[in-house]
Amino acid sequence: MPRRDDLHKILIVGSGPIVIGQAAEFDYSGVQACKVLREEGYQIVLVNSNPATIMTDPEFADATYVEPLLPGPVGQIIAKERPDALLPTLGGQTALNLAKALAENGTLERHGVELIGADYEAIDRAEDRERFRATMKAAGLKMPRSAIATSVDEALGQMQDIGLPVIVRPAFTLGGRGGGIARTPEEFREIVRGGLEASPIGQVLLDQSVLGWGEFELEVMRDRNDNCVIVCSIENLDPMGIHTGDSVTVAPQQTLTDALYQRLRDQAMAVIRAVGVETGGSNVQFAVDPQTEEILVIEMNPRVSRSSALASKATGFPIAKIAARLAVGYTLEEIPNDITMSTPASFEPTIDYTVVKWPRFAFEKFQGANPVLSTHMKSVGEVMAIGRTFQQAFAKAMRSRELDAPVRLGDAPLSALLERLERPGADRYDVMLECFRRGAEVEAVHERCLVDRWFLAELRELALEPETPFEGERTYKAVDTCAAEFEARTPYYYSCWERTSADEVERGARPSVVILGAGPNRIGQGIEFDYCCVHAAMTVRESGRDAVMVNCNPETVSTDYDTSDRLYFEPLTLEDVLAVCRLERPEGVIVQFGGQTPLKLAAGLADAGIPLLGTSVEAIDLAEDRGRFGKLLDELGLSAPPYAEAHSVDEALAASREVGFPLLVRPSYVLGGRAMEIVYSEEGLAEYLARNVRDDGRAIFLDRFLENAIEVDVDALCDGEEVWIGGIMQHVEEAGIHSGDSACVLPPHSLGPEMLAQIRAHTEGIALGLGVVGLLNVQYAVYEGALYVIEANPRASRTVPFVSKAIGLPLAKLACRVMLGERIAALGLPEEAMVGDHVSVKEAVMPFDRFEGADALLGPEMRSTGEVMGVARDFPAAFAKAQAAAGAALPQSGTAFVTVTDSDKAGAVAIAQTLHDLGFRIVATRGTKEAFERMGVPATALKKVGEGSPNVVDMIESGEVDLVVNTPTGSGARSDGWQIRRAAIARGIPCLTTLSGGLAAVRAIAAARAGASDVLSLQEIHRAGNVETPA
Amino acid sequence: MRPGYLLLEDGLRLDGQLCGAEVAGTGEVVFTTGMSGYQESVTDPSFAGQIIAFTYPHIGNYGVSAAAMESDRVHARAVVMRAAVNREDAPTAERGWLDWLVDCGVPAITGVDTRALVRHIRGAGSMRGGLFAASVAQDEAMGLVLAEPAMAGADLARVVSPDAVSRHGADGEGPLIAAIDTGIKRSIVRELVARGARLDLHPCTVGADELLAEDPDAVFLANGPGDPAALDYVVETVREVIGTRPVFGICLGHQLLCRAVGLETFKLPFGHRGANHPVKDLRTGRIEITSQNHGFAVAAPDGGLRVERDEPVRWETRFGAAELSHVNLYDRTVEGLTLLDVPGGTVQYHPEAGPGPHDSLYLFDRFLAAL
Ligand SMILES: Nc1ncnc2c1ncn2[C@@H]1O[C@H](COP(=O)(O)OP(=O)(O)O)[C@@H](O)[C@H]1O
Ligand SMILES: Nc1ncnc2c1ncn2[C@@H]1O[C@H](COP(=O)(O)OP(=O)(O)O)[C@@H](O)[C@H]1O
Ligand SMILES: [Mg+2]
Ligand SMILES: [Mg+2]
Repeated sequence: MPRRDDLHKILIVGSGPIVIGQAAEFDYSGVQACKVLREEGYQIVLVNSNPATIMTDPEFADATYVEPLLPGPVGQIIAKERPDALLPTLGGQTALNLAKALAENGTLERHGVELIGADYEAIDRAEDRERFRATMKAAGLKMPRSAIATSVDEALGQMQDIGLPVIVRPAFTLGGRGGGIARTPEEFREIVRGGLEASPIGQVLLDQSVLGWGEFELEVMRDRNDNCVIVCSIENLDPMGIHTGDSVTVAPQQTLTDALYQRLRDQAMAVIRAVGVETGGSNVQFAVDPQTEEILVIEMNPRVSRSSALASKATGFPIAKIAARLAVGYTLEEIPNDITMSTPASFEPTIDYTVVKWPRFAFEKFQGANPVLSTHMKSVGEVMAIGRTFQQAFAKAMRSRELDAPVRLGDAPLSALLERLERPGADRYDVMLECFRRGAEVEAVHERCLVDRWFLAELRELALEPETPFEGERTYKAVDTCAAEFEARTPYYYSCWERTSADEVERGARPSVVILGAGPNRIGQGIEFDYCCVHAAMTVRESGRDAVMVNCNPETVSTDYDTSDRLYFEPLTLEDVLAVCRLERPEGVIVQFGGQTPLKLAAGLADAGIPLLGTSVEAIDLAEDRGRFGKLLDELGLSAPPYAEAHSVDEALAASREVGFPLLVRPSYVLGGRAMEIVYSEEGLAEYLARNVRDDGRAIFLDRFLENAIEVDVDALCDGEEVWIGGIMQHVEEAGIHSGDSACVLPPHSLGPEMLAQIRAHTEGIALGLGVVGLLNVQYAVYEGALYVIEANPRASRTVPFVSKAIGLPLAKLACRVMLGERIAALGLPEEAMVGDHVSVKEAVMPFDRFEGADALLGPEMRSTGEVMGVARDFPAAFAKAQAAAGAALPQSGTAFVTVTDSDKAGAVAIAQTLHDLGFRIVATRGTKEAFERMGVPATALKKVGEGSPNVVDMIESGEVDLVVNTPTGSGARSDGWQIRRAAIARGIPCLTTLSGGLAAVRAIAAARAGASDVLSLQEIHRAGNVETPA
Repeated sequence: MRPGYLLLEDGLRLDGQLCGAEVAGTGEVVFTTGMSGYQESVTDPSFAGQIIAFTYPHIGNYGVSAAAMESDRVHARAVVMRAAVNREDAPTAERGWLDWLVDCGVPAITGVDTRALVRHIRGAGSMRGGLFAASVAQDEAMGLVLAEPAMAGADLARVVSPDAVSRHGADGEGPLIAAIDTGIKRSIVRELVARGARLDLHPCTVGADELLAEDPDAVFLANGPGDPAALDYVVETVREVIGTRPVFGICLGHQLLCRAVGLETFKLPFGHRGANHPVKDLRTGRIEITSQNHGFAVAAPDGGLRVERDEPVRWETRFGAAELSHVNLYDRTVEGLTLLDVPGGTVQYHPEAGPGPHDSLYLFDRFLAAL
C-alpha cells in the first residue's frame, strides 16, 4: 500500500527535556521522522519543549512549537494548526502519555486528529500493566507471577501469593523510577509506599522476582500487511534485576542456541501482534532462564526507544525513519534499505561484528544517593563501541566512557573485590577485570554476579591479555546491515583489528573536515553539544567539503549516518582520533563544538601536526589556565573576583585570609563544577578540605564568592578581528547556582543599558584578547553594580541552541562558517541580534527524583540533566511556561508553604505579599511567620519536622501544599530543609530554593491567572523579529 | 592451535590458526550469514563438498548438543571462522564446539578476516579452496585445491543418500509419505512426524514403482547438495509420479520438480545462505523471513533469471498449468512452484528452519492438510 494521501498535516511530539531514561535518542528518532515525512510531502507541525534538540530547528518542520508537552498547550496547538494526524511513537513515554491524555480528554476527536503509528487501544494495551498482562495471557505468552496494588495493605496481601523477593514497579514512570526489589517484608512495605507515590496513577505492579535470569531485548517492526521483522537482538550482560538502561549490553545476542533464539523471535512477533501495533517498531523485553530455557515476557514499548536507537546504530537499519514511513501507509517491502539501495527494508539485518553498549553514570554528583544498580534506571548517558570481536568492542567501550577520574580499586583484597560484585555499582566491570587480574576464576565471579560464563571467560582473557584482541593492524570496516552480502552505499565505519588491514573507506577527492563529537551524555555535557556538532556537519557539507563525524554516543543525531559524509563510530581518545585523521588527511579538525571532550584533545592533535580549525590551542590554553587568564583580564582592565591558588591545606587556609570570605572552593582536578562548595569561615574551609582534598600537591582554587550577585551568560562570535554578540542571558537565580542549573532570560529583564554596553565591551575585549576564532562563552557576575568575569570558555557553550532559537539565527553554523574562513562582516548579520517582541526563558530540569537520598538543592555544582524553553510575550508568562515544561507547573491558587533563612526573611515578605494578594493561603515555620506578620502578611505557623506531627512534611505528603519556597540553611544532610525538599519533589510540587526564583514564580502565577498565554511557533517569532530563518 | 591458512583457487590466501581436526580440507568455499545455528549448518547434508565460512565472528558460544544435529554427521568439508571458541561449560552444551569438530575429523580455522573473504567471494563468486597447515607449501596446496571437482555438474546426492529405506514416525493412521532422500535434514523429518505423518526415506536412486510400492499418500522431494542438473535420474522418477500422487519438496527438491516440469536451473554467483532472506508469496503478498541454503536456482519459463512481475508467473507444462508462486526480494530469483492441475508444490527456502526463523512452518500444516 502506497503513501496515504488523505493526510496532509502531521503533528510530531518530541520527548521534552533530557531526563534519566529519556535522552537524545528521541531527538534522533524525531529528526528522522521529520526528514522523511517532509520528503514525502507532508506538512509537519512539531512540538517539543527542549530547545537543545535538532528537531526544534525551524528548518525541520513547517511550524515548530517550543511549548510545554502538556494537554493544555498542545491542545491549543492542535486547535491552531489543525493537523490531520498525530504521530506519538517517536517521543518516548512522554509523547505516548500525552497522546493518551489528548485522546482521553476528547481533544483529538474534537479536532478530527488521527493517531498514527500506534492507536489509543494499542498504547493502552501496552502501557496499562493489567491490560498488558491479560493480552499476553490471551496470546499464550508467560510473564512473571504478579499482582497490581493501589495500597500498601492490598500489596501486603498479594505478597503472600507471589513470594519474596518481589520486584515493585510503579505504573507510568520512566526508567523504572520509584521501583525496587524487596527481599524482606519491611523493605516491601517501604518500596511499595515509594512506588505508589511515584506512579501518576497511584498503582504499583508486584512481580515475581526473576533476578539473575538472562535479560534480552528484541526490536520488532510490523507493517500494515502484518509483515514482521526483527531488526536486532540485544543481550544484557547484567542479568535481570539491573535495568537495561544501566546494563552493559551486547548485540547480537551471544549465548542462546538458534532454537532458543528463534522461540524468542516468535514470541516478540506474537507480542507486537497481540498488542496491536499495526505499523512501526516496538521493543520487547524478555527474561530467559539459561538452565530450563523458560522464557518470560517482561514488557514491551509500543514505540521507538533507547534500545531501538541503539539497534539502529548497531545494525545500520534506521528504525525511526522506517517507522515514520510505515505510519503513513507504506509497507516494509516498498521502502528501500538505504544502505544497500538494492534491497527492500523487509528483511532482517545480519551483522558480522559485535556491538557493546556501556552506560555512563554520575553518582559522584549526588552525595548521599544510593549507588547500587537495580531495576530503577540511574545512568545519565551511554556509549556504544563496535569491534570484530566482543573483546575489541568491550575494550573500545571502556575507553569511550571517558570517566572524569580513573576507577580506583586501591589495594582491597581479592575477597573484598569479589564481595563488591554482589552489590553491583557503576564500576562493577572494572572490579571484575581486577578480580581476574588477581587470579579469580570464572566460576568465583559468576557465583557473585550471575553474568553468563561466556562473557566472563571473554572478560577474563581480556583482563589477562589486554593486548591480544588488538594484535595485527587497525582497519576500518563498514556497517552494512548484511554482513557484506551486498555492496554498501552508506559510509558508516568502525575500526577493528585484523591480521592485515583491508580498509573499506571510500574517500572521495573532496577535502574533508573532521568534527569531533561530545561522547557520552553526562551531567555538564549533554545534547546541546551534539546539536552544535550536527550544525557543524551541515555547514561543512554546504561549504562543498566532506563532513566527517567522529563520535561514540548511539543516542545522538550526530551518529546518524545521514548527518555527515562519513561517520566513524569511534572512541574520542587521542589515539583513535589520530587514526581517523591519518586515514582522512582532513583539511582541519573542529574541536569547538563537542564540549570539553574534544577540547582536551586539541593540544595532542596539534602536536601531531593535525590542523585545527578556529581558535588556536594557544588561545584555548590562555583561557583555561587561570593564572594566564587572570593576567589577560588585568591587561584588559577587567575585574574578576579575588582568587588564590593553593597547593596544600595550610597554604589554602593562609590564602583564604587574603581572598576573604565567603569563599568558593574547588580542587583543580575536577570538571563541570564538581566538588565545588561555598564556605563562610575558616572552620568551614578546613572541614571542606578534609572532606574533598587529598593533600597531594595538586592545586586548590579559592575564589571570593560574590553573594547575591546577578549572573550573566554571553555567547559571542569572533573571527579574530570582529566580535558579534549572539545573546546576553540574565540568570534568574543568583550567582552561586551553576549556570547550567539556573533559569535564564533572554533578553535580560533587569540589566540597564549601561551594564549591557559594558558587558558587550568586556566580551569583545576578551574575545579579541584571547584571539578566538569561532564561538566564545563568557560568564559574568554583577555584584554591587560592578561587573566581574567568572570564566570564559573558548568553545560552543550549553546555551548556544537556546540562544539560536531565541534570536532566530544559528550561532553554531555561523561560527563554523567563520572557522572555515569567512569573515563576520560577510555573514550579513544584523547590527545586534534581534529578539522580536518576545521573551525566552530557559529552565533546567533536575534528576533529584531519581536519586533517593540526595539533597534537592541547587549550588555551584551542576546537577541538571536537561533544559526546557518557554517563549511568551513577557517574562512572567515565559517563566510560567518554562516551569510547566520543566514538570513543576505553578499552581494558580491553594496553599503556599514558605520557610527561609534569616538573611532571606526580609526579601521573602514581598513573595508572601503577592501570594496573599493572589488569594493563596500561606503557611510558614514560626520564624518566617513572625517576619511576615510584622509586615502585615497573614500566615499560619506549622510545626517544624522535629516538633512532631502534623508538621510540614506530613502536610506536603498529604497533598495539602501546592507551592514550596524554601531557601537553605546550610546543607546539613537530613536537615529539615532537606526533608521538605525531598517531600515536595516526591509529590511533584514546585519547590523554589532561591528568593529570586520565588519572586519570578509569583510574578508568573499572577500572569497565568490573567489567562493562558497563546502558543507561538518559532517561525512566527522569528518573522516578528524579522530575521528570516536561514536554511 | 597451529598456524594455517585458507587458499582459494584464484590465489587469495588468508592466514589464521587451525582449531579443528589435524587434516587438510578442500571443497567449494561458501559463506553463510546466519548469526546462530553453526552446528545445524555443518551437519546439514546440503553442505556436502563445501567449506563453510561463517560471517558472524563468534562461533561455538553455546557448544554443541544432540538436539541440534541435522543429520548423523558433519557434512561440511571444513569450517572458517573469525573467533571460534570451545565453551563446553555453556548451560545446554553437551560438548565443546572445537572438541567436537576434532571428534568428527573436521578441519577448521579461526582468526581469519572472514569479512574480507566474503567481499572477495561476493565479487569473484564462490570457488574451490582448501584449509592447510602453514607448513604445507602454497603450490602444493594449490594442487590439492585444483584437484577438487567443480560444484557445477556434481552429483553429491548419491554421496549423502542412504543405501536402504528407513521408516520414521509412529505406525498407525497418519498419512504415509514417500521421500526421495537426497540428503534430508532432520528438522524436515521432525516437522512431518510431529504432525502425525509416517515417512519412508528412499535412496535417491529409487525408481517410481519402488517409491509407490507402499501406496504412499504423497511424495516428498528432500533438500540436498550439489547440482540439480546432475540428477536427471531423479528427475525422471519425479516425472513418473507427478499426477499419481501429490508431490512436495524443499530446496533441491524444488529444483528437481521445476526441472521435471521443464524449467532450467543455474548456478548462483555466490548462493543464498543465511537466515534473513525475504521471500514474497506472489499470491498473497505476504513476506516471510526465510532460512536459505542453496547454490543453484531455478530460471523462469522464459529463461530469465529474475522474476520482475509482482504476480504469479503462470505457464503451461506437460503436466498442465503451473505457476511460480514465490520470489526472493533480494535478487528476485524463483523461490516457489505450484502445480495447478495436479497436486504439487515446492519451495526453494527452508520452512523447517534449523537453523533460522519459523515464519514458514505453516507450510507443513498446509502440505498435510492437502492430503
Ligand atoms: N520480575 C522481575 N524480576 C527481576 N528483575 C526484573 C523483573 N521485572 C523487571 N526486572 C528488571 O527491572 C528492569 C526494569 O523493568 P521494566 O519492566 O523494563 O521497566 P522500564 O519501563 O523501566 O523499562 C528490567 O530491565 C529488569 O532488569
Ligand atoms: N566568584 C564567584 N562568585 C559567585 N558565584 C560564582 C563564582 N565563581 C563561580 N560561581 C558560580 O559557580 C558556577 C560554576 O562556576 P564556573 O567557574 O562557571 O565552573 P564551570 O566550569 O563548572 O562552569 C557559576 O555558574 C557561578 O554560578
Ligand atoms: Mg524496560
Ligand atoms: Mg561556567
